[in-house]
Amino acid sequence: MITAFFNQMPVLVVVVPLLAAPLCVLAHRAFAAWLLYVLASWSAFGMAFLLFVQAKIAGQVSYAVGDWAPPFGIELVIDTYSALVLLLVTGVAALTGIYARKSIASEITIEREYLVFALMLLCLAGLIGITVTGDAFNLFVFLEISSLSSYALIAMGPKRRALLSSFQYLIMGTVGGTFLLIGIGLIFMMTGTLNMADLAERLPGVYDTRTVQAGLAFVVVGLSLKAALMPAHIWLPNAYTYAPSTVSAFIAATATKVAVYALFRFVFTIFGVGYAFGSLPLGTLLLTLAAISMIAGSLASIFQTDVKRLLAWSSVAQMGYIVAGFALASTAGVSAGLVHLLNHGIIKGALFMAVGAMIWRVRASSINDLAGLGRAMPLTSAAFVVGGLSLIGVPATAGFISKWALLSALFEAGRYGVMAVLLVASLLSIIYVGRVIEALYFRPLPDDVSHHQHGEAPLGMQVATWALIAINIAIGVHATPELEATGRAAALLVGGGT
Amino acid sequence: MSDVWLAWLVAWPVVMALPVALFGRWPNLREAISLATGVALLVGVATFIGPVAAGARPSFSVFSILPGLDLAFALEPFGLIFALIAAALWPLTTLYAAGYMRGNDEPHQTRFFVCFALAISAAIGMAFSANLLTLFVFYEMMTLTTYPLVTHHQDVESRDSGRVYIGILMVTSIGLFLPAIVITWLIAGNVDFTPGGVFADTGLGGLAAMGLYGAFIYGVGKAAVMPIHRWLPAAMVAPTPVSALLHAVAVVKAGAFTVLKITVYIFGIDFLQVTGASEPFVWLASFTLLAASIVAIYCDNLKKRLAYSTIGQLSYIVLGAAMASRLGAAAGGLHIVAHAFGKITLFFCAGAIYTAVHRKYVSQLNGLGRAMPLTFAAFTVAALSLIGLPPLAGAWSKWYLMSGALDVDMQIVLGVLAVSSLLNIVYLLDIPARAFFLPADDQAPRGFSEAPAACVIPLMITATGCVVLFFYARPILDFIAGSFGSTA
Repeated sequence: MITAFFNQMPVLVVVVPLLAAPLCVLAHRAFAAWLLYVLASWSAFGMAFLLFVQAKIAGQVSYAVGDWAPPFGIELVIDTYSALVLLLVTGVAALTGIYARKSIASEITIEREYLVFALMLLCLAGLIGITVTGDAFNLFVFLEISSLSSYALIAMGPKRRALLSSFQYLIMGTVGGTFLLIGIGLIFMMTGTLNMADLAERLPGVYDTRTVQAGLAFVVVGLSLKAALMPAHIWLPNAYTYAPSTVSAFIAATATKVAVYALFRFVFTIFGVGYAFGSLPLGTLLLTLAAISMIAGSLASIFQTDVKRLLAWSSVAQMGYIVAGFALASTAGVSAGLVHLLNHGIIKGALFMAVGAMIWRVRASSINDLAGLGRAMPLTSAAFVVGGLSLIGVPATAGFISKWALLSALFEAGRYGVMAVLLVASLLSIIYVGRVIEALYFRPLPDDVSHHQHGEAPLGMQVATWALIAINIAIGVHATPELEATGRAAALLVGGGT
Repeated sequence: MSDVWLAWLVAWPVVMALPVALFGRWPNLREAISLATGVALLVGVATFIGPVAAGARPSFSVFSILPGLDLAFALEPFGLIFALIAAALWPLTTLYAAGYMRGNDEPHQTRFFVCFALAISAAIGMAFSANLLTLFVFYEMMTLTTYPLVTHHQDVESRDSGRVYIGILMVTSIGLFLPAIVITWLIAGNVDFTPGGVFADTGLGGLAAMGLYGAFIYGVGKAAVMPIHRWLPAAMVAPTPVSALLHAVAVVKAGAFTVLKITVYIFGIDFLQVTGASEPFVWLASFTLLAASIVAIYCDNLKKRLAYSTIGQLSYIVLGAAMASRLGAAAGGLHIVAHAFGKITLFFCAGAIYTAVHRKYVSQLNGLGRAMPLTFAAFTVAALSLIGLPPLAGAWSKWYLMSGALDVDMQIVLGVLAVSSLLNIVYLLDIPARAFFLPADDQAPRGFSEAPAACVIPLMITATGCVVLFFYARPILDFIAGSFGSTA
């Protein structure tokens, strides 16, 4: 029984949230749907943890769906790289469950609440699917599942602008998805296989063809769109701003991260380092775009008046940091990129949760509306301060570990220019984090507002936010385990330390 | 030798911040706890004097932050001296702060004492740190915990000053200090404080070494070498006890301490002598020293004048480090002690004057000497010490700085130090001279009107300290120099 469970775990981790979603719809009650969400996400998180341990011991967990032997059937493959991203996605999803109840109740009418949880489960299933699959086409399918559900989630935002944002995201996301599909189609045409490991074996024979080169280009562009790398970031600020707070926190911490995961799964595992970074100038291209993202995202962030939009622009910048690490294509670089991928998920998740709690109270999201909350909501404000400091890269927070790893990798690779850009972007983050902190602590609470009857945020919101903050600090003071894991993943991807 | 007590001493003020926060309703109990914590800390740190003087180097590794890089403490004489100053002046300042904060009806006193304790913990952590990363962690902790102190009043003025304060300190530390540490780690493979430095066999030299040393000097914004000094006058919006302990002792000395520590234990005096990497910074420090003194002359705001004086005095220490002379570096260490006692006295006096007669401009102090004889006497003693007249502590540090300069053939430095002493006379002695010799204005109080005893007693004690240190300067210098690998 136990063994059977362990053997089926790679598929169960996808199936559980996937099946829980229609159950939510059937249940039709807000509370029941929420309970289903919590159960499904926490069991997914538990399984993700077990898979992480398995992957650590065995190096790689492989599962043939429906017992069709790969490369003919769909294969699920979990190595340290996917297990780490899986942990992030399921972990954030599980904490979002604790967080969601009151926040969603305040933003969405009760008749539609069950839909939010059903869609979040679908989105979660899609994201999990992307990380565990070992099949290129299957990855596309899961990407579409997560994308379609997130369009619907964003459209459920409390303001009417949410509809437009969702539509914008829909257009961009569909273009990205289509590009990915075209890319996969091109390499399938040349190799006749969709299994990732099989593709990796067969592609070198046809490296020099235009078709494969075009295939790589399509895949990279398509997934960069989903990852919101400049100049394909336009959908992100609106989507994060107008989505319900819970959805913002969940998507900001996971969706773009998983897109980056998929991008580099394709680039490293399928196409190979030597091809993408040796024969083709992908490294220079991605580094340039990453550098532009860092600066432009941070600059834009400084001038925002809406706090969710401010965080969203900061995410654009942070995606630049992550991609810059991966784009070095060295063990240190990939490890650093992956570290920041995880850390930023944790940091941004906590920040969106803290901001969501403030919005729950003041029912508005401009920075001016947060005036004086430092006194009215001391715990939530403190959580925001810690998260903000982590974004800046203050020691004893996860952000510091990211900065350290990225700076070392860039220096080692001799990319001094990008190093300088990264530092300047970090300094800009002091300004935008500082703006919010000043509003929280240096302005009086307005006298004439109706929200005075509320005190601190509800317990669930606090617990989820502070859990992420606690993980953040734990990583900051003792990052050795995380760095060892990402180092293993990087060695696996880049191929034994080049 | 592993000693867990090092970690406990660092954690002690943080632990005790909790009861301080909890007993905020009972100010007397709260201040009693603060005071007792401070005294206990001093005793705890002092127990290490004997073993360290006997040659022991206790160390303790808490856990690894990054692979191969621990949060670790290691005690050596120079760090012990810094910890002793911070621990000794903290209880005095607590006493003073109790008088000042109540005398001026300051709000949020509990938060004030809590942040104070956290900042002291950061200072002790820096003093004990065994490597650059640990030092950096506590360096940033100090920046962050002093920010609520600087912006204590939470009004527009303190918000703007807070921006300058946190802006400059964060920008320099994240923008220069952190990359410099990363680069050191990658070049030398080691950021432990090692006698003789870590760069010996790494082939680092020439412009690269100079650039890296510069990144450290300017990255440590707390050392306030021009042009990154502006945070210091900005921080003067804080209540005076904060200015006294943190901006005359803990924060700025943390900067000077870091510079010295990096000079001696990361680069190594010999390495700097051979490569000449630090030479440009002798001149930059000299410039800062003179420019700050000249600016101070024109500051009418008393605390601002003292702030510029601090900028100048800090550059004495940076100068001592950058000269790449063992004696000079040790003299810089001695000056940390001498200046700490002198400057804290001056700030205590400024606060006492403000509490007693609510005046904060130099031009308003005419004739107050008769009303506040004790305060102004202490002010005079401290001012003379900073100028460098015997029998006061400041005389020796200046003396040894000059000897150090001669050791490495930098005669011009002698001239710089001499001119700066003259400038010190102009801007410091001006104040007691006005108080004692000029006639008082109409609003000035007649008769004796000192600040509360809680304010006056600490400043008398620190002023006495300036005299006592004159006679113990040599042992302190030898103690520090011993760890720097030479005797004068």
